[in-house]
Amino acid sequence: MAETATGAESSPPTGRPRLPSWAIPVLLVGPFLALVMARERLPAWAVTVPEPWHVPFIDWINAVVKVLRKDAIFGLFTFRDLTRAGAEAIDWPLQIVEGVLIAGFPALGLPALPWVLIVGLAAIWGWYLKGPRLALLAGGCIAYLALFGKWKLSMITLAAVLVAAPVAGAIGIALGILAVKKRWFEMLLWPVLNVMQSLPHFSYLIPVAVFIGVGHKAGTIATILFAMPPMARLAILGLRGISKEVTEAGIMAGCTPRQLLWKVEVPAARDALMIGVNQVIMQCLAMVVIASFVGAKGLGHDLLFRLQSLRIGQALEIGVAIVLMAIALDRLSQALAARQPAHIPEGPFWRTHPFLTAAGGAIVGSILAAVLTTPLAQILPKDLTVTTAPMWDALVDIITVNLFDALAIFRDDLLRHVLIPLRRLFQLVPWLALVILVASLGWYLKGWRLALTVAGFILFIAFAGFWPRALITAYMVAFSVVVCIVVGLPLGVWASRGDRRTAIATTLCDTFQTFPSFIYLIPVIMLFQVGDVAAITAIVIYAVIPIVRYTMFGLRAVPSEIVEAATTSGCTPMQTLWKVRMPLAFPEIMLGINQTIMFALFMVIIAAFIGTRDLGQEIFRALTFADAGKGLVVGLCVSFMGLTADQLITAWAHRRRQMLGVA
Amino acid sequence: MGEEKISCRKVWKLYGRDPEGFLRTHGGAPDIAAVRAAGYIPAVRDVSLEVMPSEILVIMGLSGSGKSTLVRCLSRLIEPTAGEIFFDGQDLLKASAKEMIELRRHKMGMVFQHFALLPHRTVLQNIAFPLEVQGVARAAREARAREIIALVGLEGRETYYPRELSGGQQQRVGIARSLAIEPDVWFLDEPFSALDPLIRREMQDEFLRLQQMLKKTIVFITHDFDEAIRLADRIAIMKEGEVVQCGTAAELITNPATDYVREFTKDVSREKLLTVRDVMEDAAAEDASGPSIAADEKISAVAKTVLETDSPIRVVDSQGAGVGTLRRARVIDALFGGRE
Ligand SMILES: Nc1ncnc2c1ncn2[C@@H]1O[C@H](COP(=O)(O)OP(=O)(O)OP(=O)(O)O)[C@@H](O)[C@H]1O
Ligand SMILES: [Mg+2]
Repeated sequence: MAETATGAESSPPTGRPRLPSWAIPVLLVGPFLALVMARERLPAWAVTVPEPWHVPFIDWINAVVKVLRKDAIFGLFTFRDLTRAGAEAIDWPLQIVEGVLIAGFPALGLPALPWVLIVGLAAIWGWYLKGPRLALLAGGCIAYLALFGKWKLSMITLAAVLVAAPVAGAIGIALGILAVKKRWFEMLLWPVLNVMQSLPHFSYLIPVAVFIGVGHKAGTIATILFAMPPMARLAILGLRGISKEVTEAGIMAGCTPRQLLWKVEVPAARDALMIGVNQVIMQCLAMVVIASFVGAKGLGHDLLFRLQSLRIGQALEIGVAIVLMAIALDRLSQALAARQPAHIPEGPFWRTHPFLTAAGGAIVGSILAAVLTTPLAQILPKDLTVTTAPMWDALVDIITVNLFDALAIFRDDLLRHVLIPLRRLFQLVPWLALVILVASLGWYLKGWRLALTVAGFILFIAFAGFWPRALITAYMVAFSVVVCIVVGLPLGVWASRGDRRTAIATTLCDTFQTFPSFIYLIPVIMLFQVGDVAAITAIVIYAVIPIVRYTMFGLRAVPSEIVEAATTSGCTPMQTLWKVRMPLAFPEIMLGINQTIMFALFMVIIAAFIGTRDLGQEIFRALTFADAGKGLVVGLCVSFMGLTADQLITAWAHRRRQMLGVA
Repeated sequence: MGEEKISCRKVWKLYGRDPEGFLRTHGGAPDIAAVRAAGYIPAVRDVSLEVMPSEILVIMGLSGSGKSTLVRCLSRLIEPTAGEIFFDGQDLLKASAKEMIELRRHKMGMVFQHFALLPHRTVLQNIAFPLEVQGVARAAREARAREIIALVGLEGRETYYPRELSGGQQQRVGIARSLAIEPDVWFLDEPFSALDPLIRREMQDEFLRLQQMLKKTIVFITHDFDEAIRLADRIAIMKEGEVVQCGTAAELITNPATDYVREFTKDVSREKLLTVRDVMEDAAAEDASGPSIAADEKISAVAKTVLETDSPIRVVDSQGAGVGTLRRARVIDALFGGRE
């Protein structure tokens, strides 16, 4: 006991001189502050990398792109031909699923499935997976789409998701398997996954636009690319997490390596894989909306169009449809993941398989209804659907009429007194100062490898020539994250006290997190039009979720004996919170802040749509000019900003947990 | 060699940076201090054992003493760092991957501490699994699986999934699965440790019943000495990777090789374990009068006679011929000698 206590105190990297506790922060942050203060005296190159020093990453990438596009590198065809062929391959499943859901097969004289059937199947599936409540939720959400006149658009979006998700899932699982089996592949894959998962959505769109062109197919492919990394990650974790004994049991049964993989390991990792499937589906939905920038059809396309023409009411109406679809898909796939096998008692087929029977009945019944009796069951004509747009428009009008002045004053004051000064402050930071700061933090937290990695990230941004823009992004993210913490931390504390509160907060967090990020722009445009305040508001709404969630879970995970011990030592509830629960939950909370930073970075780029002047704007411009090199390099800048924060915070949290003995 | 079912010679398993290189540079048999000092984890050290056909060899030791690692070396789930292992006289470490698969498909079965059932398969499918991977037709393998289900008393649970069963039932499935292929050699790694004491006892009886019918060669791991005594023909006691003593329970009790072994056997009720033969003097008694007792009786059964008779007692074999003498002092010494 005594030994472990002293071992923890002397902290992992041993052999370093012992310093008084105040000295470490001073040594770490001091040089940074000194350099920022002495900015005027620094040589100009130390503040912003001068033009001639810029490394032409963009030109290099574009040169590669040009070769791939133009020159016949595979003898008979170019790389671009190959990618286009791939796009064609995705086209026919898309056609089939769209045909089933909405378009029908005119050539064969077959209609699409009637909407009542799809609603019915969603409800039956929900009941089968979890029970009547999920049946009502899933059926209700899908029915809404039909009744409120969004059927066609929704089914196009759904078709894209239904095609993209399995492909992305299969690729992800394949990569995960390969990584688990081949060590070198895993070493290669992790950094790629890290970058891919922190790369802004738009960065995926540009190469796709260049190599495949624009259109629905291109959008679907961008979606697949975007949704694949979480599956690979969860596949690796899942396969690694299989109990060793189960694998050994497979070997002892005499499995060949292939049998072991497919009959033992993959099925045993089912739980993690199904969580991956849920994530893939949600990522697909989020990306399908954004992929409308390269011409994906469906709800996203319409949403984009309405937003561009500032028809807020109609945009809100579509937003609601997207949200409902997201909720239905999320809950269904979550229930699928949580469902465990159970034995089937014997009996006649309709009793042993009641849901299959019901589904069969629904199919026959609704097709009969659609063909024989009323065409209303097939698709609702426009005059029978309800549109809520006028209501939303009225609401928007009320807000603009009554709140416009107040909101405008708030916006301008915030801008003038807080945001602009803050932006100026951020723009003072010399790149050299930040490199030194992150490197020394990295070295202190983990060692020279982390120091080199994070310093490399910042150097890339500086030498790619996007330093001033990156500082603007950093300022928006930093301000938003601070607001998120100020708002989210108390919310998390509040929600952690009492099971009911936690349940409510968890449901809310889950629900809000399923919304595709783009949705958050709608209310923000309504309130603040465009500009920094609007962008920051959108970021805060989107990025506050993780901090609430992690704070709540971190506090609840504190062992109850420790809390009881504190209470019996006479702590007031406040003292228990601040002296016991908070310090123990702090590593978890920091991981929440880490997530918040990542979310904020995603959103700040999407917010370029409403006129910011940071890296996001650069990516946006790259998208319009189909400049793949620029899009990728700026995307990497954003990704590296996120990864810098991520690597440092994770290292810190790991170290802290080890010190607390909870790792 | 020859008749042993399994034998191993000077088997080592070290974990660390370069175990082979370390062993080579240290003459193949470094002592434990040298291993530790070089930063290696000594999981198995210099173990030589043999298991005879239809013998139950129990391996015991404290947690971390290397029992699981040794058994996994014997079944070659783990590649030993050094040493030789023979299975039916065949050099196991030279067997190709294909030969190993064949061996496991037909000759080896293993039961795991945490059952290691496949969660996505029913009881029937789990038990039929080893046959399925061999490519046995569905009807045949399910018929065989049902046979074993009856053997382990799980009728009526065929369509259940593992998570719907209690721990004891799950381990019955694990046992049934390992028996599906009718293995010659049966490895059991703490099969009953995760069960409640009552269920554990029941499963031990069940195990003995099965073994009476099946007569497998068994390597059984436990860290519970009572369990070892109930089941074992011979017991091997491991400490820090090494087998410190291997023998029958009585040998371990009456003649412990080290204090570690003595410590292990301390709480055993010796009068129920030791027989008259274990404590008698071999010389037949001169005095033929007075009571005589059978050599194969347990001490507890003859305690009364011993206490009531002042002179040495004649020990006879099943034919009634004198084989030795039992003295009260020896009995007391054997029962209470090793204890504080
Ligand atoms: N893969 C591994 N890497 C490093 N050390 C290991 C590994 N596997 C086992 N060991 C170590 O080898 C030693 C023996 O482990 P083993 O599992 O064989 O012990 P055991 O006797 O079965 O213990 P238990 O009763 O807890 O099952 C332990 O100190 C363990 O920490
Ligand atoms: Mg073990």
